[in-house]
Amino acid sequence: MPNKKDILLEVKNLSVEFGKRKKKFVAVNDVSFHIYKGETFGLVGESGSGKTTIGRAIMRLNESASGDIVFNGKKINGSIDKELDKEITKKIQMIFQDPMASLNERAKVDYIVSEGLYNIKNYKNEEERKEKVEKALLDVGLLPEFLSRFPHEFSGGQRQRIGIARALVMEPDLIIADEPISALDVSIRAQVLNLLSELQKRKNLTYLFIAHDLSVVRFITDRVAVIHKGKIVELAETERLYGNPLHPYTRSLLSAIPIPDPRKEKEKVLKIYDPSCHDYDNAPPKWVEIEPEHFVLGNEKEIEEYRITLMHNQ
Amino acid sequence: MASPKIKLSIRDLVIKFKLRGQVLTAIREASLDIYEGESLAIVGESGSGKSVFTKSFMGLLDGNGWIDSGSITYEGEDIARFKTEKEWLKIRGKKIAMVFQDPMTSLNPLKTVGKQVQEAVELHQGLKKEEAKRLTIEILDDVGIPDSESRYKQFPHEFSGGMRQRVVIAIAIACNPHLLICDEPTTALDVTIQAQILNLLKNLKEKYSLTTIYITHDLGVVANVADRIAVMYAGDIVEIGNSEEVFYNAQHPYTWALLSSLPQLGVKGEPLHSIKGTPPNLFYEVKGDAFAPRNPKALKIDFVEKPPYFEVSPTHKAKTWILDPRAPKVDPPASIKILRDQWGGRKNA
Ligand SMILES: Nc1ncnc2c1ncn2[C@@H]1O[C@H](COP(=O)(O)OP(=O)(O)OP(=O)(O)O)[C@@H](O)[C@H]1O
Ligand SMILES: [Mg+2]
Repeated sequence: MPNKKDILLEVKNLSVEFGKRKKKFVAVNDVSFHIYKGETFGLVGESGSGKTTIGRAIMRLNESASGDIVFNGKKINGSIDKELDKEITKKIQMIFQDPMASLNERAKVDYIVSEGLYNIKNYKNEEERKEKVEKALLDVGLLPEFLSRFPHEFSGGQRQRIGIARALVMEPDLIIADEPISALDVSIRAQVLNLLSELQKRKNLTYLFIAHDLSVVRFITDRVAVIHKGKIVELAETERLYGNPLHPYTRSLLSAIPIPDPRKEKEKVLKIYDPSCHDYDNAPPKWVEIEPEHFVLGNEKEIEEYRITLMHNQ
Repeated sequence: MASPKIKLSIRDLVIKFKLRGQVLTAIREASLDIYEGESLAIVGESGSGKSVFTKSFMGLLDGNGWIDSGSITYEGEDIARFKTEKEWLKIRGKKIAMVFQDPMTSLNPLKTVGKQVQEAVELHQGLKKEEAKRLTIEILDDVGIPDSESRYKQFPHEFSGGMRQRVVIAIAIACNPHLLICDEPTTALDVTIQAQILNLLKNLKEKYSLTTIYITHDLGVVANVADRIAVMYAGDIVEIGNSEEVFYNAQHPYTWALLSSLPQLGVKGEPLHSIKGTPPNLFYEVKGDAFAPRNPKALKIDFVEKPPYFEVSPTHKAKTWILDPRAPKVDPPASIKILRDQWGGRKNA
């Protein structure tokens, strides 16, 4: 992790809702976290927990019901001026899960990678556009001659590289990677993970890495937040969270990680999370920094228990 | 396992497909014995032939595909010779059932969950309505669906992904099969759900005395469910052994590559091991060891001659020239050495 801890993105008490009145569904519920410049911040939770919605809210693709999203010191949710809109369209980019579905099958690679540039006219002339696009392709390890080809002519791993190139071409500061490798075969996963790490070092990128695969998240992230049903229940430095999980949901997630070791795997006990273990009607929970940079959601009694657990683990 | 009985025996199976006037060989002389009551995992990357291989046990190959040679022996009969649908119906569903792990497409959205399971019960066990319903609810309980009586009346869309998965398994179980094949798609389920489903399969295996085959591309998930692991590459099984043998004492360079690309075994901050290149084009004849072009430590002979199986232990064998006594010593990658040490260490402990 970088020594100088500048905050690039801050999400404060964010809520996102879908539907109206009786059918209202709170997808993201009072969520707060921040991401330091140059780090990889992980967001884990099962499908439907609100991970993607948070990513889309940062991209301004989902409206926020309340709360603030602050990027480089400027609030970027709600109504913002054209100038700022253009700036963040450039500076925040997203990579999607399914490289097949996310690429327009009838467009050539040249158009696919240039799309963002066209949208905000982020180039002086045709020559500069070509230059930028070729450079982005080279950056992800593809040849410029691929520009005239169509997505279906590529393998899954190559398609995901095209997806990364189309983000890189905008020269972003923050990349939101939404399950970028879950749809890929194991052998290709490693290639894409390595590429993301290498690009991060070379271009000083910051990642919001959204995933449900906890072993991948442990490998790639510096800090991680665990989200359950639209609420972040725990957040800490990755190794700390994996070493000292406190919230029962975090514990159940971690207990499910497959261990590539038959003997350890046989001893493994799956922990099932039952939300009714909390007594939140009588004692509502608070978001507490239980040790430096380690946050957990819990009511007074639970926090007390978590403190004791921490003491025993020290 | 004391003197394991062979449930299904596959010998030198070759499966081909015709595609745009060309012929592709998807399974290249693969052999495998499946023991009664075992749980076997077949692991390999996308396109290695896992689905084609196992679908052929049920006569489910796509129309442009055929068994070119070899045999599949089930209860003394070579089912690879079956020609008609009528013959296959004696086996399919009844004796060998398959769960495609895409629960949305395998369920009928317009019928209640209970009905769908019950139909299978009625069809295959010839029970009357009342009796069938009672058994259906029992099966729903067995696959871990809470409140099975009221859930019986619900539709698939009222179930979560993991619950739907359980229903699909319930339908397969309802036919009372001997052999259950679970084919997992590349897109993984949620970790928690995946772990629960794997656990469920383990329990069902005991209760229904099933033989199970679990298909996956992720070697990381099968350490617990599998008694044995078969590693598939380019249409052949390149290594097979007990779970411990394959994890702690892998021999084939492809198995090494699969293991060391697991993030669980990676070192943070360092690049993860990745397999370069792509699997061979199956439209052409594969020469030598199919993995050789992607193996940085390949021997000369790997490009010339197909390796036979070399025995590592009575239960463990691999098709790699490295195991030939005449071969030069080839060092496995660091992460594989660590696994071997762990095994050695604990074997003595
Ligand atoms: N109907 C078909 N026509 C032509 N080729 C086919 C057909 N079905 C499968 N194949 C080919 O057979 C080979 C093996 O495919 P198979 O689906 O068995 O792989 P797999 O190991 O199950 O992969 P995945 O992990 O992606 O499911 C592949 O090269 C595939 O393209
Ligand atoms: Mg398959």
